[in-house]
Amino acid sequence: MPFPPRLRDKIQEIADDHETRLSALIPVLREVQNEFGWLSNESMEEVAEALDIPPSSVQNVASFYTMFFTEPVGTHVMWLCRTLSCALRGAEGLEHHLCRRLGVKTGETTADGKITLLEAECLASCGTAPAMLVDDTLYENLTETEVDRIVDKIKRSG
Amino acid sequence: MPEQRIIRNYVDRHNSYTIESYLSSGGYSALRKALGIAPAEITDMVKKSGLRGRGGAGFPAGIKWNFIPPDSKKPVYLCCNADESEPGSFKDREILERDPHQMIEGIIIACYAIRSHKAYIYIRGEMPYGAKRIQQAIDEAYEHGYLGENILLSGFDLDMKLYIGAGAYICGEETGLLESIEGKKGEPRPKPPFPAQIGLFGCPTIVNNVETLACVPHIINNGADWFASIGTPRNTGTKIFGLSGHVNNPGLYELPLGINLLELIEEYGGGIPGGRKIKAVSPGGSSSAVFSADELDIAMDFDTVAAAGSMLGTAGVTVMDETVSMIKVAQNLAHFYRDESCGQCVQCREGTWWLEKILREIDEGKGAIEHLDIILDACSQMRGTTICALADGCAMPIESIVRKFRDEFEEHIKRGHS
Repeated sequence: MPFPPRLRDKIQEIADDHETRLSALIPVLREVQNEFGWLSNESMEEVAEALDIPPSSVQNVASFYTMFFTEPVGTHVMWLCRTLSCALRGAEGLEHHLCRRLGVKTGETTADGKITLLEAECLASCGTAPAMLVDDTLYENLTETEVDRIVDKIKRSG
Repeated sequence: MPEQRIIRNYVDRHNSYTIESYLSSGGYSALRKALGIAPAEITDMVKKSGLRGRGGAGFPAGIKWNFIPPDSKKPVYLCCNADESEPGSFKDREILERDPHQMIEGIIIACYAIRSHKAYIYIRGEMPYGAKRIQQAIDEAYEHGYLGENILLSGFDLDMKLYIGAGAYICGEETGLLESIEGKKGEPRPKPPFPAQIGLFGCPTIVNNVETLACVPHIINNGADWFASIGTPRNTGTKIFGLSGHVNNPGLYELPLGINLLELIEEYGGGIPGGRKIKAVSPGGSSSAVFSADELDIAMDFDTVAAAGSMLGTAGVTVMDETVSMIKVAQNLAHFYRDESCGQCVQCREGTWWLEKILREIDEGKGAIEHLDIILDACSQMRGTTICALADGCAMPIESIVRKFRDEFEEHIKRGHS
């Protein structure tokens, strides 16, 4: 699916704002992912063409950074921190709880396509552990009740 | 004793992140003052203050700035490392979200000192809220004439750009960060050459941590001697300590370098929940060697912690109580480093993978006593043999855990179950 003209203009704008075309790649991929939810092979090829860089450079970067999705994900992405400080304050229990509640294993998407549950490495919220990033919102000092409330809110939303 | 707040002075104030709030507490007066002083003198002041890098290595900031060739024909860059991802560290996020202008003012002064006209702030992708605050602060600084052309009519020009990462711990390593801004995988570069010679886009570059740069305006305003009078003679200034894990009052505490670790945990952290005993403490982020309970009566400064076989690092202190399985802790850390290894160096790519596998098998009751020596051997082969310090960061804590808690490992292996 070719990029809509608005997105192509935006990519050009980002490219012009960077010192090299390659250095615009990460911001451009973020923009494309925001548009489609993930980065398909077709999208990556179109980015390579728009920035006039090798397709392999795009693939390399898209596969290296964990926040780029090279496969479809749910409408919302939950990044539950698993690293030490969160683990010491109950992250593992929360992960089991979330898996049960959502009916998925970590790394999977709910049947209704709304939520993908992923493990995050340290979110720099160790003092307010356990923590979870849901899309652009960080939730801290999590409990099972709080996690249920977040899931309910997403389920209710469109 | 209350905290000694310098950097954290206004973080609890309503709207503390706005330029209005910053200006009302004397913000940007250091910049005005600095622009009236010769760049080399600013660097000398920072050198004299004794300020050491707050990103983990503790390298003197003024000496680093002096590495920029004075006669460079190429543009000079400054990159602010806001990729805070070291497990146990959460100090920079507060500055980014609640008082970004002091960091921005520090960047402008640093750029003036090293004659840079382009600064980047590299923030990790997992901090969307911080990124929003930083972008707002940069925009405000432009509007008020603290960025752009002819700053405060001094003739000094500076552009500043926010660069948002996309999820990779390794981009906190300074050359991994540069690769990422250039639009590549965050694979660290062999050194030398150091970034001060060949850095961003092949040009001389300084990479400084958020907290380091936030110290700079205070040094300019109050003088190098004032900063040097705080802390200990070779470890000057305050440091933002992060307390997490099993303490009653986790959080950030700004205290002079050299504070006693037990005092930090007991007095500021409020001790251990349920009156339980401490089993182990990671003193400086997950890459530091852990201390056992009998090693905690120690001054928290770069040199003392290093002399005790660990490192102050980012001063993110993670406390583990007596209920914790050190086997699970080691496994948790190995998982992190395996996940975050960029894969360039064999010792790191393979080492982290094998460490996690062996530790998991031990935890699951499938371990053998010989495995402990295999772990120690792997750790020693991972140390000092790779392009960057990630492999060392994995080997140091795991080696220390196996050495200091070997009885627990052996007992667990002999029992054959959790």
